[in-house]
Amino acid sequence: MSDVPETVRRIRSGDPRTLARTISRIDDGDPSVAQVLRALHTHTGRAHVIGVTGPPGSGKSTLVDKFVGEFRRRGLSVGVLAVDPSSPFTGGAILGDRIRMQSHALDEGVYIRSLATRGHLGGLSGAVMEAVRVLDAAGFDRILIETVGVGQSEVDIVRLADTVVLVSVPGLGDDIQVLKAGIMEIGDVFVVNKSDRDGADRVVREIRSMLETALVNGVTPRALSGAGVADRGGHHIASAARESANAHGYGDAHGLPPVLKTTAETGEGVMPVVDAVEAHRAALEESGLLRERRLRNAAYELRDALGKRLLARLDSPDALARLDALARDVVERRRDVYDAVDALHEALSLEEKHPRR
Amino acid sequence: MDRKIRVLVAKPGLDGHDRGAKVIARALRDAGMEVVYTGLRQTPEQIVQAAVQEDADVIALSILSGAHNHLFPRVMELLAQKGVNDVLVIGGGVIPEDDIPFLKKAGIAEIFGPGTPTKATIDFIRANLKR
Repeated sequence: MSDVPETVRRIRSGDPRTLARTISRIDDGDPSVAQVLRALHTHTGRAHVIGVTGPPGSGKSTLVDKFVGEFRRRGLSVGVLAVDPSSPFTGGAILGDRIRMQSHALDEGVYIRSLATRGHLGGLSGAVMEAVRVLDAAGFDRILIETVGVGQSEVDIVRLADTVVLVSVPGLGDDIQVLKAGIMEIGDVFVVNKSDRDGADRVVREIRSMLETALVNGVTPRALSGAGVADRGGHHIASAARESANAHGYGDAHGLPPVLKTTAETGEGVMPVVDAVEAHRAALEESGLLRERRLRNAAYELRDALGKRLLARLDSPDALARLDALARDVVERRRDVYDAVDALHEALSLEEKHPRR
Repeated sequence: MDRKIRVLVAKPGLDGHDRGAKVIARALRDAGMEVVYTGLRQTPEQIVQAAVQEDADVIALSILSGAHNHLFPRVMELLAQKGVNDVLVIGGGVIPEDDIPFLKKAGIAEIFGPGTPTKATIDFIRANLKR
């Protein structure tokens, strides 16, 4: 496995064992995998990455299972990354999303991998970004990412997905819930699942009304803007995107995201959701918005990676000792927090200029 | 580098009772392992494919139907066909003493019957990982 060109070759041929092992190496923080990821980079960027997010028990796994089936009927290969939470106490996890997806286990055009959050907040696992690249390089046409069951503010998926499917269900709360900031802002396609239950039409109306209100207030829907969140800029791109959206049948005349009812259990309503996802993809590509989104996401990822690298410097024994000493100073009121951070920052900068070896 | 132990808990065959599988899944979780649970009524083919895709270190098979003498060796056979030889395979459920030597000969590392303390299974996994 240390043979980089051979590993790259096997990944690009879609060998499931090599894919699986490589994703584990990423997940376990094996530094040697960086060579493989570097070599893969030029072979990525082709797959359309679809995030599926929503509260626990809203039917995300069952929907993903049905999406996979629909994509396969359309002749597209699919990679799935399904994230479930790790215990903050033991580090263990039960990864149960796969239960709903086992009907695809023997289909060679489908690769399914469960990942645990391993302490990562935000609804994803730290390994997801790079795991997506591995599946992308392996040639999967569509990559579905199922987040953990989210609450109100786990929106990391927008940094990663080209299209976000936000799943709601009837019975979660009143119309103020859909007005709140956070999760309800990130959908490109809204799905009201379990729509055979009472109250589904009301949820659809509330989400529509929330989206229309944003439009009245002059906010470009995020679905058609390059920004990570809804913004007031980029109007010319947004209007180009609106035209493409109309041409491809995505959303309504104003480019507002579609709100669709499904019953994932029976598969009812799934096809229109996949149609909407595909129409969104086509509109993003044609209008140049896909590139906009990916530029912003790449910049975000670079900042994040730099931040991690800087923080990792605190792991050296010297730095840890320094950190402990400063923590004592803060608790014993010899220094304030700002002063202590300055001192720490200075110590780390000095170390960078004069590395010990 | 923090290498996590990943265990695929699977129920081959047609029995519809997975209380035992869930108890063991929970115990392994609490021991800090990542447990992929695949649900009921899985074929050996589905189990092996899932184990490969999930990069499982361990496959834990649970069975109550009595078909273990057919299904367990079939799992081993499929693993061998795929050239997978670094996965620890263990079994549990209702399995008569007399069948155990045959299953071990087929490559199942250990059989844990009803009443086995979960700690015994956890310790066994930790001591016998193949990679």
